[in-house]
Amino acid sequence: MKPAASVIAFTVASGAGYGLLFWLALLRPLGLVPQGAWFGGVAAVLALALITAGLLSSTTHLGRPERAWRAFSQWRSSWLSREGVAAVATYVPAGLFFLSIVAGWPVLAAVSGLLAAAGAAVTVWCTGMIYASLKPIKEWHHPLVTPGYMLFGAFTGAALLAVLAGFWGMDGVPAAIAAVLGALGFALKRAYWRSVDATPPVATAESATGLGSIGQVRPLDPPHTETNYLLREMGFRIARVHAARLRMITLGGGFVAPALLLALALPVGGWVGWLLLALAAVLAIAGMLVERWLMFAQATHTVTLYYRGNA
Amino acid sequence: MTSLPTPAPGGKKLGLVIDLDTCVGCHACATNCKEWNASGHMAPLPDHNPYSAGAEGVWFNRVHSYEAGDGEDGRTVHFPRSCLHCETPACVTVCPTGASYKRAEDGIVLVNTDMCIGCQLCAWACPYGAREFDEDQGVMKKCTLCVDRIYNETIPEAQRVPACVSTCPANARHFGDLGDPDSAVSKLVAERGGFELMPELDYKPVNRYLPPRRAPKPDAGPPKDAGPLNSQIQNPLLRWMDKVLSR
Ligand code: SF4
Ligand code: SF4
Repeated sequence: MKPAASVIAFTVASGAGYGLLFWLALLRPLGLVPQGAWFGGVAAVLALALITAGLLSSTTHLGRPERAWRAFSQWRSSWLSREGVAAVATYVPAGLFFLSIVAGWPVLAAVSGLLAAAGAAVTVWCTGMIYASLKPIKEWHHPLVTPGYMLFGAFTGAALLAVLAGFWGMDGVPAAIAAVLGALGFALKRAYWRSVDATPPVATAESATGLGSIGQVRPLDPPHTETNYLLREMGFRIARVHAARLRMITLGGGFVAPALLLALALPVGGWVGWLLLALAAVLAIAGMLVERWLMFAQATHTVTLYYRGNA
Repeated sequence: MTSLPTPAPGGKKLGLVIDLDTCVGCHACATNCKEWNASGHMAPLPDHNPYSAGAEGVWFNRVHSYEAGDGEDGRTVHFPRSCLHCETPACVTVCPTGASYKRAEDGIVLVNTDMCIGCQLCAWACPYGAREFDEDQGVMKKCTLCVDRIYNETIPEAQRVPACVSTCPANARHFGDLGDPDSAVSKLVAERGGFELMPELDYKPVNRYLPPRRAPKPDAGPPKDAGPLNSQIQNPLLRWMDKVLSR
């Protein structure tokens, strides 16, 4: 599948934003992050800014962005519609959360925060399900895809929260959470790649054409000599060596290195510790961009069976 | 509404039956489809660089050619590919806007291009590559089963079939109600062992394909009760007589 920059930016930015919102809302009432209005306000604004930037970026992927409001109507059947509804609905408690932090209403902040955290989790779940529900794409229709979207959002969000909390000199818990999530992310992504590489294709040229009863099926003449939408959109391919290298970069640079830096920042502390946290967050987000790009570039669609005989 | 209609028992399922035995791969169906639909229900079907290198555009029907099997059993098969008007099409249920829908009355899957936001999720969800994006209008396009012909009372009755069916010179395309076991198309499918494409994905396509007929077995020699071959007769005189008499 062709990696769409707008969709990659959307899922990475909003994933991190929802993760940040989630951890802020959960850790603040427990007193595990700085309690001041400034810290809470800045963190909530950063979360909402990332979410909003992501959502705006996603509309540039549409052929008719001015009709985007129509996407809220089919939540009964469509994960994309559910994602839109959940995203918009989450703004209500998230906005209230921000207000009550700034105004200093702890009870309302705790309640609206928990609602916002639930909304964040539901929205990212829906994002994952958009992909995981697509049967023709083996690499997306996989049980680890949606948990991956959730875990990676939680990881990058926690890493960002650690940076902010570090600025206020109270980064212990978010940094520890982010380090653990980074390790979990590494394990999940590796398990996902192992599993998906071992999964047989969903269909074959023989079943796609129904000619398997005659024997092996090979494309002879293509239906058109030039390219078309299908080949550009679903026929995107990446060389195996590049993919292997990018997978290493994702695992090493996007999960292992930030997790180690986060763990290192805890004992180091001070300004050096804060720089380590910042570097970890930058690496985590950059690694996530590579991970998301690969998620598209390595995805195979059954329509290519008709054109190439393999997916 | 992108939730699927509840199928009525014995309800209509309009679709195509494509005979892979007789299809000669002439692309007439694809061409006439483009011709009709360029100004039909889902018009226009855009083209880019139509008169130069890199020409491409939106088509609802694409004719592939394959080799199947090896050696004497190998076949060249021409294979038209278009929307199969599936019974459980995820292309419809993934649509966030309600632009994609399946008609309850006849099962035709359509796009309302006035509502489509061009998210293209439906094209990802179709295993068969039946949906092509109109980059000019920013909306999705697909086969309409010529909904603007089959019910069209302003054209002669004989022409009220999809454009691809009406134009096929080899009579390889048939149109009818596959929900009615007594329809001509259903009987044809039963008789010829018609099959669905990628049944393992469980989209339950309505269209059926008829398999190429088996090639006749290679010459197995003369029947057992036949006399000796001319070349097997030793006596030259008798051999000459056999030759003359068998003329
Ligand atoms: S062939 Fe594709 S576009 Fe047509 S109904 Fe089935 S899934 Fe939808
Ligand atoms: S491209 Fe249009 S028809 Fe297809 S899923 Fe999106 S809104 Fe629906």
